[in-house]
Amino acid sequence: MRGLERRIIYLLIALSVIIPFLFKIKTKVEISPPVMSAYNTIESLKEGTPVLISIDYDPASMPELQPMLLAILRHCVKKKLKIILMAHWPLGVPLGQEAIEKIAKEYGLKYGEDYVNLGYRPGGAGVIISMGREIRDIFDCDFKGTPVDSLPLMRNVHNYDDIGVVIGLEAGSVGDWWAQNLGPRFGAKLILGSTAVVTPDLYPYLASGQCQGLIGGLRGAAEYENLVGHPSVATIGMIPQSAAHALIIIFIIIGNIIYILQRRRK
Amino acid sequence: MRREVPLVITFVTGIVIIIGLFVPHKPFGEIQQTFLKWYVIIAGFTLLLGIDSLVITHWGKIKRRQPGFGYSVVLIASLAFTLILGIYSIIKYGSAFDVRAPFMYLYMHVILPLSATMFSLLAFFIASAAYRAFRARNVDAALLLVAGILVMLGRVPLGSMLYSKMPQIADWIMDVPQMAAKRGLLIGIALGQIAMSLRVILGIERTYLR
Repeated sequence: MRGLERRIIYLLIALSVIIPFLFKIKTKVEISPPVMSAYNTIESLKEGTPVLISIDYDPASMPELQPMLLAILRHCVKKKLKIILMAHWPLGVPLGQEAIEKIAKEYGLKYGEDYVNLGYRPGGAGVIISMGREIRDIFDCDFKGTPVDSLPLMRNVHNYDDIGVVIGLEAGSVGDWWAQNLGPRFGAKLILGSTAVVTPDLYPYLASGQCQGLIGGLRGAAEYENLVGHPSVATIGMIPQSAAHALIIIFIIIGNIIYILQRRRK
Repeated sequence: MRREVPLVITFVTGIVIIIGLFVPHKPFGEIQQTFLKWYVIIAGFTLLLGIDSLVITHWGKIKRRQPGFGYSVVLIASLAFTLILGIYSIIKYGSAFDVRAPFMYLYMHVILPLSATMFSLLAFFIASAAYRAFRARNVDAALLLVAGILVMLGRVPLGSMLYSKMPQIADWIMDVPQMAAKRGLLIGIALGQIAMSLRVILGIERTYLR
């Protein structure tokens, strides 16, 4: 009986996600204050200001964070900001590259002038602290081995003082390292985007002012897409996510009714 | 001597890093930066150590013909294939992560869907676990359950369709009770980390030497 129950649950969950996805409905999403704050931080930057985006996730978290990255990149390009990509997760480099190549094609950006990808370096918090002094001490070349000094965008970028805002897209604990070191130590601005699972861990940094904005999960990505005026994958994902959440809540209620009835019988 | 040298290295490194935080000027700033660079290099070598450990473990399974050794064969073959493709991509395109490189093809069409599939299985397990285990056994569990449901509803458009103030309720739960608990945890963890760091720097904690 338990096996059958499980199969029914799995089937219902699969249907609740697949069916709404087939219709690709774009629903209206209310903007939450942490996402609005993230948007306003980027919006306040002057044209030509470099922004550093750290891709700290891998394909497992891509469905939540890749739409977020694309929305942020679109915002940066519309504001004519210079984009610097880096990664604390090795498998984040190709995800960043894939996203920036897509945006570069769409808006006609030039590598080295409008955007660069520095690639991955191990060391976590050590990398973050060291970059506060001189980025070249950690990234002396980009992900292809091109010396950083030969890239026009990087010529005047040496540390966080030369960067408008750091944006960390997080699926793990790197967000904590950014928040604990960037603002308090170097006085730099930080925006964090994270998977829904990680988001509650990052709320204290938002309240303490250690990060200026927080974009949480697919919902946050959908909010950002709407703010940028380009509702896309995350916005489409809101209806399947609503259906899955509703179904899980129904399962919890049914489970509890059965539990109460069983307790009464005993 | 085998114990004293690592203890001295740990002590000196730890003290310099701490001084560097408060006095980022010469010579401490420079020394700290050098140490951090060494740390990045050492962290890079740990990746090699990981590959070494993975290969030795699975090679041993294959040699002993342990049950399920076929999976180890697949793992070693995939590792070798990915490595070869990565080296070829670096030689031909300058980086394995160039969008035209065959390594990127492998990444986008094999690694990416496999990882996403593994992670998306969580949705099924969570739904099943919610049905079987998320019970209001006492007041605490009931509070958690109600808070969980409100946040789940407030985080999706369905919540605001049911009740316009649902997103604000979810935000309040995240901003106030959730954050209070998280802050307590963070402060506790930070104090623990400081205490442990001092124990390691002062040589009281020596378990890492074993």
